[in-house]
Amino acid sequence: MAGEVNAVMLTARIRKERRTASASSFVIDVSIEVSPGITILFGASGAGKSTLLDCVAGLARPDEGRIAVGGDVLFDSSLRIHVPAPKRRIAYVFQTLALFPHLTAEENVAYGLRHLREEQRRGRAEAILKAFHVEKLRNQKPGEISGGEKQRIALARSLVTEPRVLLLDEPLTGLDAERKAAIVDDLRAWNTAKGIPILYVTHSREEVDALGERVIALESGSVVGAGPPMDVLNAPRRKKLAQAAGFENLLSATVVDLRESDGVMRVRLQQSACEIEVPLGYAAAGSHVHVAIRAGDILLATERPHGLSARNVMEGRILALEQRGTMMIVRVDCGVTFVAHITPGAVRALELDVERTVWLVLKTHSCHLVD
Amino acid sequence: MEALWLSMKLAACVAAILLAIGVPVAYWLAYSTWRGKFLLESLVALPLVLPPTVLGFYALVAMGPRGPLGKLWIALFGHGLAFTFTGLILASVLYSFPFAVQPLIVSFEGVDRRLLDASAVLGAGTLRTFWRVILPLSLPGVVTAAVLSFAHTLGEFGVVLMVGGDLAGVTRTVSIDIYDRVQSLQYGEANRMALVLLAISFSVLSVVYAVNRRVWSPWPAK
Repeated sequence: MAGEVNAVMLTARIRKERRTASASSFVIDVSIEVSPGITILFGASGAGKSTLLDCVAGLARPDEGRIAVGGDVLFDSSLRIHVPAPKRRIAYVFQTLALFPHLTAEENVAYGLRHLREEQRRGRAEAILKAFHVEKLRNQKPGEISGGEKQRIALARSLVTEPRVLLLDEPLTGLDAERKAAIVDDLRAWNTAKGIPILYVTHSREEVDALGERVIALESGSVVGAGPPMDVLNAPRRKKLAQAAGFENLLSATVVDLRESDGVMRVRLQQSACEIEVPLGYAAAGSHVHVAIRAGDILLATERPHGLSARNVMEGRILALEQRGTMMIVRVDCGVTFVAHITPGAVRALELDVERTVWLVLKTHSCHLVD
Repeated sequence: MEALWLSMKLAACVAAILLAIGVPVAYWLAYSTWRGKFLLESLVALPLVLPPTVLGFYALVAMGPRGPLGKLWIALFGHGLAFTFTGLILASVLYSFPFAVQPLIVSFEGVDRRLLDASAVLGAGTLRTFWRVILPLSLPGVVTAAVLSFAHTLGEFGVVLMVGGDLAGVTRTVSIDIYDRVQSLQYGEANRMALVLLAISFSVLSVVYAVNRRVWSPWPAK
């Protein structure tokens, strides 16, 4: 089996009612397909991502549905099939990693290999510890191992069993971008040979950009988008998803008129006099919509600009300037408050300061309509 | 000294039996999702609140020649259970049951559920998960259970008196022996035995608290 590339897909149709501590119950109702390679399951916390993974792994039982890897059915409510977790050959790395605290790194990694003979077990454990660059830690216990390396050991422990599917529940939370990238590279390297479906849960937009081949967006227990990250997250149809995906400006607006021949419509923002042009959407004049705009898509000018292709130019006053890392966050009042991201260099060059009058420039297609 | 030896033997037997029975019972109580679980929990805790004489009385009735247990025993071994060392062990097991089961439940429940999930997805069944994950991580609870049932059995009086009576070398434990000596005004003898019992109980309890506070622990820190 080793080295053989199998193009097996994970398919899951799951319906499960989840009773939470609060009185409200919550229904997960999804249908997903995960092909070989990394697929990201994206959504705010509480969207049902972990419950979905638990169902796939066999740790939780759906009320209804079907879960299969290739032609092998793991769960089918109508056929009363429920393969128990130990027999599914689905690896699962938890957010807490769940390394066994009383076992060394090597013993942790060898835990899933009990069917092998001693020397084979040691050989496999050693090889995978090497592949994830943690062979030096083999005799340490998790309590003595730092973050980042623990993640590597947890990955090694899961992958050494040659699983058919890998589930990752925010495994890299709390690591800096550099360490994350290094671990992801090792994971990708491992999977080029194996080619298994990897379902990677995150609520971090950064991780989506770093990993993304495909995204499945989950919100309140339903799939609200699936496809390449750019398509799913850059044109979010849902308000919560827009917030999660890092659209800093999320404004409610009323449709003023539709110009179907131009493919645009005008909307008035939050009962202000401020009107902008946005792409035509399925909305009637007078109806209520939300407009999502990335702070990085907004241009600032210190004079009223002329001769621009951009259709939206608004006069406003700077409310606040705040430096965050290598980025300046500018809040501008145009009747509604916009957030724009620019570089500190631009702030110096334009001599921007609080109370200064500026013009915001916004392309029509930088404005995304959300439900 | 014969009485002390008898008490130690009784306590050791009871502790060993309680570990063997207590572990599966505690496992079930810690992990079962059965709604009627509270009934068994109450039953297990019953000896904590019952006067030893009540427990001893029912144990004696059950073990007597006309009791169900007594009849069974006579049929199997040709002699009764009441006023024998075996009868004493049985009654003590009942009496010390909560002292073994409670610490086990607490430590089993304290094991992170995600570790059990991790074990399951790595292919381990319930039994292997128990041996490789739950039990090693519950060792302080196991030690506490063993030590508490030992110490509690060592110090019991009422149940022993009801079920075992006062047969020298068979059922006369230290606590009974002390009582006898006080009755016959041998205060010096009684004091010596009482001090020995006090010392043993104190050292044994110190082990429990040391293990649980990790002042001193035979296991490396988690």
